[in-house]
Amino acid sequence: MSRYFTRLKMKRCYKWGGRPSLCNRKFKSCYYDSLYVSTDGQRDACLIQTGQHILVEGDDDDKPYVAKLLKLFGDGKMGLVVQWFVHFSEVPYNRRKLLGRTPHPQEIFLYEDRTCDGEIDAETIIGSVEVEHLPPDASFPETGQKGTLYFKLCWDTKAFKVVDAEGRHLDDKTPLVSVSVAPTTRVLPTPDATVMKRALSVTLSRVSASAGKLAASEVESGHSASKLSASKFLSRRRRGSCDSTPGVRKKLDLNSPNKKLTTDDVLGELLNEEIESQTEMARKLQSTPSKLPLQEFNLSPLKSSNRPSNGMSMTPLRSQRPPSPSPHTPPDHTSDWVSRFLGCCLIGFLFVFCSLTFPLFSPRARTPSQKKDPVSAIKEPALGSLAEELPEVSEQTDITPRSKRKSARLVSSRIRKQLNLLNAGEDQVFEDDSGDECFVPSKKDAGSTSEDEESGQAESEDEGISVKKRRLAASCRTPRSSRKAPASARTPHKSSSKKVVSNKPRTPRHATPGIPSRSLPARKPGNVLEEARARLHVSSVPDSLPCREQEFQDIYSFVESKIVGGNGGCMYISGVPGTGKTATVHEVIRCLQHASEQDELPSFRFIEINGMKMTDPHQAYVQILQKLTNQKATADHAAALLEKRFSNPAPQKETTVLLVDELDLLWTKKQNVMYNLFDWPTRRYARLVVLAIANTMDLPERIMINRVASRLGLTRMSFQPYSFKQLQQIITSRLNQVKAFEEDAVQLVSRKVAALSGDARRCLDICRRATEICEHSSSRQPGSGLVGMAHVMEALDEMFSSSYISAIRCASTQEQLFLRAVIAEFRRLGLEEATFQQVFVQHRALCRMEGLQPISVSEGLAVCQRLGTSRILLLEPSRLDLLLRVRLNVSQDDVLYALKED
Amino acid sequence: HSSPSHLSTSLLILRERFCFQKLPSAPVGLESQHKHLLELLKRTAIHGESNSVLIVGPRGAGKTMLLKSVLNELLDVKEVKSNILLVQLNGLLQTDDRIALKEITRQLNLENVVGDKVFGSFAENLAFLLEALKKGDRSSSRPVLFTLDEFDLFTHHKNQTLLYNLFDISQSAQTPVAVVGLTCRVDVLELLEKRVKSRFSHRQIQALSPMDFPQYVELVQQQLSLPQEFPDGRFAHEWNNSVKALCEDKSVEDVLRKHFNLSKDFRSLHMLLFLALSCVTPSNPTIKPSLLLEASRLCTMDCKANMLHGLSILELCLIIAMKHLNDHYQDEPFNFEMVYNEFKKFLQRKSHSVHSFEKPVVIKAFEHLQQLELIRPVDGSASRTQKEYQLMKLLLDHTQVMEALQRYPQCPTDVNWSD
Repeated sequence: MSRYFTRLKMKRCYKWGGRPSLCNRKFKSCYYDSLYVSTDGQRDACLIQTGQHILVEGDDDDKPYVAKLLKLFGDGKMGLVVQWFVHFSEVPYNRRKLLGRTPHPQEIFLYEDRTCDGEIDAETIIGSVEVEHLPPDASFPETGQKGTLYFKLCWDTKAFKVVDAEGRHLDDKTPLVSVSVAPTTRVLPTPDATVMKRALSVTLSRVSASAGKLAASEVESGHSASKLSASKFLSRRRRGSCDSTPGVRKKLDLNSPNKKLTTDDVLGELLNEEIESQTEMARKLQSTPSKLPLQEFNLSPLKSSNRPSNGMSMTPLRSQRPPSPSPHTPPDHTSDWVSRFLGCCLIGFLFVFCSLTFPLFSPRARTPSQKKDPVSAIKEPALGSLAEELPEVSEQTDITPRSKRKSARLVSSRIRKQLNLLNAGEDQVFEDDSGDECFVPSKKDAGSTSEDEESGQAESEDEGISVKKRRLAASCRTPRSSRKAPASARTPHKSSSKKVVSNKPRTPRHATPGIPSRSLPARKPGNVLEEARARLHVSSVPDSLPCREQEFQDIYSFVESKIVGGNGGCMYISGVPGTGKTATVHEVIRCLQHASEQDELPSFRFIEINGMKMTDPHQAYVQILQKLTNQKATADHAAALLEKRFSNPAPQKETTVLLVDELDLLWTKKQNVMYNLFDWPTRRYARLVVLAIANTMDLPERIMINRVASRLGLTRMSFQPYSFKQLQQIITSRLNQVKAFEEDAVQLVSRKVAALSGDARRCLDICRRATEICEHSSSRQPGSGLVGMAHVMEALDEMFSSSYISAIRCASTQEQLFLRAVIAEFRRLGLEEATFQQVFVQHRALCRMEGLQPISVSEGLAVCQRLGTSRILLLEPSRLDLLLRVRLNVSQDDVLYALKED
Repeated sequence: HSSPSHLSTSLLILRERFCFQKLPSAPVGLESQHKHLLELLKRTAIHGESNSVLIVGPRGAGKTMLLKSVLNELLDVKEVKSNILLVQLNGLLQTDDRIALKEITRQLNLENVVGDKVFGSFAENLAFLLEALKKGDRSSSRPVLFTLDEFDLFTHHKNQTLLYNLFDISQSAQTPVAVVGLTCRVDVLELLEKRVKSRFSHRQIQALSPMDFPQYVELVQQQLSLPQEFPDGRFAHEWNNSVKALCEDKSVEDVLRKHFNLSKDFRSLHMLLFLALSCVTPSNPTIKPSLLLEASRLCTMDCKANMLHGLSILELCLIIAMKHLNDHYQDEPFNFEMVYNEFKKFLQRKSHSVHSFEKPVVIKAFEHLQQLELIRPVDGSASRTQKEYQLMKLLLDHTQVMEALQRYPQCPTDVNWSD
């Protein structure tokens, strides 16, 4: 690890303050309360204690990183666990406008990112700093202390959210009961004493009802979630159980999904008897789209109950239904923090219970009494939280049965359609829901910091932003560009040199010039044929790739399992060109990214390199490094940095999925590029998944030396060329109801292409050409307007017919004669080769036979050379003159056939 | 009688036509190809549809002319002109991808955007260009039209990186591009690597015109005629009439037929007409059939036979000796000693007019013949053997020798011993 002491040239010394407060013998680590930092020239050492804010060495000398010290521990070296803060300048460019105002120069933001490592080395500490929390509506002090920093908001890599000073941070000393209440107090304005009492009594009784019960409930809900894929369940488990450091635990704690899970868990348990039949029904409904209306009724309350908080009009009828999808989400957390949130959950349950008991209780009727009635005041946020998690559930329903991707998608899309219909075309509903979903924590925080309606306003403002962001993300085709790109620029990660570029790029992001934009917009397709042509273009990416379901499934589950498991692996994908290898992998990544955006998967990073898009195999390192860290380096340096990165034990990193296209071009004599690519995934903490694509099936055996082939492993997949039925399906699915082709025409194309190569690109190109021919012919004589057999035949002829024959037919008389002479000489010699001199004798004789004036040797050579440049003849270099040897590049039969016609 | 000034302007017009390959107003014999290409490029320019196409045809068939006339027509459309970016590459100039990339960057006017950084290295340049092209999309960015002249030479570049990337862009949702390749190789598709080939759309436009002789004659007449807008209408009329008369002449028709039979190439036709035109003077103001005959003779002259006319008697004798050897030994290679022997035999038989030469002098003459490449050593025998015993082959045909002997100025009769 490289360290720069650029800020202070003098050396700093670090010393523990006092005895270790806690020792872990197993891991040989001790926990301390304070740390002395002394600088060489200065006498007085600076004492830093846990809970204090510190400055951490960063890449920018003027703005060191800010963090709150959570823990001090020593296990050979001195380590810290911190909660990071970020400066505004560390927020990615494209997200800065989300703040909606200009930041105060001394403002910082609480940084929340699950993927960010909170562990740093003590030697990176520069000193302590004063950080002051300000309530969101307070203005920044005009003449604040020079060193003091202020924070109001938190930045969770997606949005700015309001936080309070303390509530977010767990205090280990707080007794259990108060822990369970703490979130409640945060969520709620002023909790009513009686309600709290009731809630607590239930909580305590539930907690005391033994952990066995809890475990049972966990199992139970796990069982009820059996339709969730096992891997997802695993991921939940992992997420729940991996918290060893307070930082992580805190993150989890703040993580809305987990909280929701708790609610769900308890709700599920309590409501299980009541709604078991409904659950059953819902389960059935998921697999059978025919019973959709019921399902959609189940889902509807989440929207309607959501509305009051959005300040939108609502239909009271919808809120009468109990939120039945709740049992879908399984619990996956250790019992201690089940109990921690029981209070919160119970309130939620209380409300649900209310709404169950009084089915006609409409939120609108309740709203005016909000301030006076403490019960409803409690209910309100709980309602909000319920409403928030329900969309999540509804989202899950359409992705959960991953093993049956197609059918599930179909179902979910139908559900959506029906819902939209039901809502009389109010398609905003979904956007609001999704907007809410990513807004979860801030709403609660706002509720805790300010109780009046102002917070509600701030909320809706924030909501507007997040909704807008959502829309933006939705309009963007690849989630990667909107989500993954800033990933490199966000984590205040130790003092690694990698961050240098990402934080203050030498050239701004937009410096890479693009092609200038058009002065006039591109014209849209005007008629059916043009529409069909646009759809048939290879570049138009279809929504799903037909005929590659099995391959998709295999790759998907491979990558997913690696992401969930947090380990690395390689997969080798082969297949002839145009069989959809790259497209399938991209589709897999799109789906995975979608899943991770829905928080079903841990987030991951996708990088793509292509052997053909680099000038030298070693450039692969440079490109990978640049895409990972936005850093430029020479090939050797990049290789070293990557090696360090992947062998560095940093277990909190997110998984990287690397697609290596055209693998065979990365071949070098020593094969070190390939070796590294397949060796990195085997490193323990690398968390690298490599998908390698090449054309040949036996590439590992043919060109790889043993140690490379061994590391590549045996996870292989080969894409077979498309059969004619598949090609036909591809065309029809692309055309998607656009009636431009006759059925027979499509079949002819697909049969022809399947017989030749099975290349889908070829198939689409021929169809495209056929539409052009059809357009031309219909302009001449109006026909049916459909692309018929004749058009397709013409297109096939153009693309597949040998151009040699037409070239020979259009050659001049002497050239044709020369070809005849070549064949005559070949026959005489019995060989497929003759010298020019020999052929020329024949040529002269033929000239006399045809009654043509014999040509001179120079002219004869010129004729011969002309045939040679078209490669109808293969010639030796012309310096051999008369002695140059002549061969035919076409079969003799073809030549005779071409010459016979006229 | 026409004024000399009119004659000189008319000659100027015609010379421009023949020397600068000035485009005819419409492509001759390639109308359907013209329409196809125009439609294709229009779609790229207007709809933002990416395409790739190859124009294949023998040399001088009018491939470049076809492309140029299509581009001219395309750029006349206002909607297109303001939109399209043009990148023209030639396989003979951009001999590797590094140079080609620099040229593309230059022609796209991207080189000054990030200063000299672009030209840092080949790899950076490639990444930069791909990034730039990737950023665009179908509807918003300006389409880029790549024309690759001598397309087949690009296939020899390492890994065919440039072609792969160009075709890949044309098959993906990036900046719309149209890749037009021009080549004279019929087998060009076989040169493409399989994944490059898969990305190519397989559209080929064959620049082959099934022209017959009457059309050819018509073309000649058209090429020699003065345009309607010539300042002096009467002079133009007279000139055109004389051209018409010329094309109807029997001997001219024979000459043209011979040329037509040899090749339908436009360039060789231009050469013939230009040679004839250059003999037109104020005193001799029209193209006469004799001029065209003379031009044809110049064009079809055998260069080796001409070289033989400049040889000395000794060298000629050696050539004849070689021919004898060839006749006796069925084209087997020979060495100097064999030739010298044959030459001595000749001297013994009839040495009336030819002096006997010292052997070194004969060797010198032999070497001179080798320098003129009238004889060449057989492959592989060049280095080790002694000069006199090096195996050689005669690079002259029987007819060429005979013709040379007949035309040789003041050839001694007894040298002519070709019996």
